[in-house]
Amino acid sequence: MVTSLSVRIGSLTLKNPLIAASGCFGYGTEYSGVIDIASLGGVAVKGLFLTEREGHPPPRIVETPAGMLNAIGLQGIGVHRFISEKMPELRACGAVVIVNICGTTIHEYVELARILSDVEGVHALELNISCPNIKEGGITFGCSLHGTADVVSAVRKATTLPVIPKLTPNVTDIKSIAKAAEEAGADAVSLVNTFLAMAIDVETRRPRLSNIVGGLSGPAIRPIAVRMVYECRQTIRIPIIGMGGIASADDALEFMIAGASAVQVGTANFVDPLIWPKLLGGIESYMARHHLKTLDELVGTLDTNAREKEWISS
Amino acid sequence: MDVAAEVLSNTHLSSDYNVLALAAPEIGRQALPGQFVMVKSGDRLEPLLRRPFSIFEVLRDDSQAIGVSLLSKRIGPSTTLLYEAKPGDRIQCLGPLGQPFVPVAPPGEAWMVAGGVGLAPFATLAEALRITGVKSKLYYGARRADELFHLDAFQRLGVDLELTTEDGSRGTRGRVTLPLERDLKHRAADATVMIYACGPEPMLAAVAAIASAYGRPSQVSVERVMGCGLGGCYSCVIPIKTPQGKPHHVRSCIAGPVFRGDEIAW
Repeated sequence: MVTSLSVRIGSLTLKNPLIAASGCFGYGTEYSGVIDIASLGGVAVKGLFLTEREGHPPPRIVETPAGMLNAIGLQGIGVHRFISEKMPELRACGAVVIVNICGTTIHEYVELARILSDVEGVHALELNISCPNIKEGGITFGCSLHGTADVVSAVRKATTLPVIPKLTPNVTDIKSIAKAAEEAGADAVSLVNTFLAMAIDVETRRPRLSNIVGGLSGPAIRPIAVRMVYECRQTIRIPIIGMGGIASADDALEFMIAGASAVQVGTANFVDPLIWPKLLGGIESYMARHHLKTLDELVGTLDTNAREKEWISS
Repeated sequence: MDVAAEVLSNTHLSSDYNVLALAAPEIGRQALPGQFVMVKSGDRLEPLLRRPFSIFEVLRDDSQAIGVSLLSKRIGPSTTLLYEAKPGDRIQCLGPLGQPFVPVAPPGEAWMVAGGVGLAPFATLAEALRITGVKSKLYYGARRADELFHLDAFQRLGVDLELTTEDGSRGTRGRVTLPLERDLKHRAADATVMIYACGPEPMLAAVAAIASAYGRPSQVSVERVMGCGLGGCYSCVIPIKTPQGKPHHVRSCIAGPVFRGDEIAW
């Protein structure tokens, strides 16, 4: 049986549903010697501001049970150096580039969108309105309905590229934020960014991160992220790109059954940079085993009547 | 490359230190002195992330590389698993990674400065220096006499040893920088001396400062908390001096782990 793993996100077609998560894959070029980055559905590059940033002092990460905290602080080379230094190689590799953009004002998001819209090889924009590690901008927008709507609609007007806001889980009701993004013209939503968290060295009574607090990622957060994808799937019609602790094909399938059309993998790529073909192979064999020809036959197919059926049949 | 390397042997040097021999021929063939591997201890979610280890020795059978060994000190869950590993176990090993030491050429001399487990990158460097005929010396400091390892091997490579212990149980009592500074003071100004250092960061800072004070170049191998080893996560950054004055964070996994001592904003 011929199966197709292709996925549509707005006007963009991905050859498969696996996307390298922003902040976990450098600018993509760091991994071109390790794997064929064009074999991924997409590469979400490290969040870019208009200008260069130094980020937070180390220590920037700390390991926690089945996860890690990070407070990198969006160190980055800025959009102009990205375009001149990284895009040529990404184009040459044939990577599907999703540029994650960050701003402290709506104007900055719009400016970034304008600049990137003219760059050959940029396939979509992911709006970072969810980084927990910077004081200004970013998450301030993603934590309110109006902030989300304002950024998304402003960027929507500035570009024809697919616009994908990346949502924070650090809100009371993520589905209302997702709805606001959809109504403001988003082509899809990515969720979830990291959970605001902290860890303390009890001997020294010092925080383990220089920034004191950071974002929790890894398998520890997966069940919460799956629940959030499931809730959003009930509320919005645009595609969801799900993420949060995916480390195996089954993890990815869980997100897809909950309603994600595509998935991003971050922390697990640190542990195993060669994870991608393993995930893809696992999804393919699952589809063959379940006689699925396309991912549409899988996405959002959570069977909530299963327990009742078992009861009847037993 | 990433290999599920078989543990060939696990030699306990003390209640904390061990040397793990891993079957990884391709990594052994490619490894240059100062490079490292990212090691995943066990296949569970805890510990989750890999840890960086300097390549200690390249293991050979009839001059053919068959693997690498790692010098490990038990300080946490990952290194405890490595301490307890059994021959036949598999350990995921990614590498070789990072920028190696730049070897000095004769008639230049190499002065290696190691603190504790910071001895690790110097076995392969000493080997490489012997091949090119560089006169080399190892300043090696530890807490106690029973934590000074591998001395015979360095002697066999013709390396002069200068030992220090914090408790005075062997060699000079005190820090490893004491004999280093003493010797720098007496070395002829026209002689070429390259100083290599690996150990705790305060030691590296002190070595770099002493080297600069005596007008000698230094290369230091740093160890920062590292997430991926490939430049993806930006966690292992170290501040580097810039002409503008404000230090710039660079990733020690791909720009290092070896840096010039005078380029780091300590």
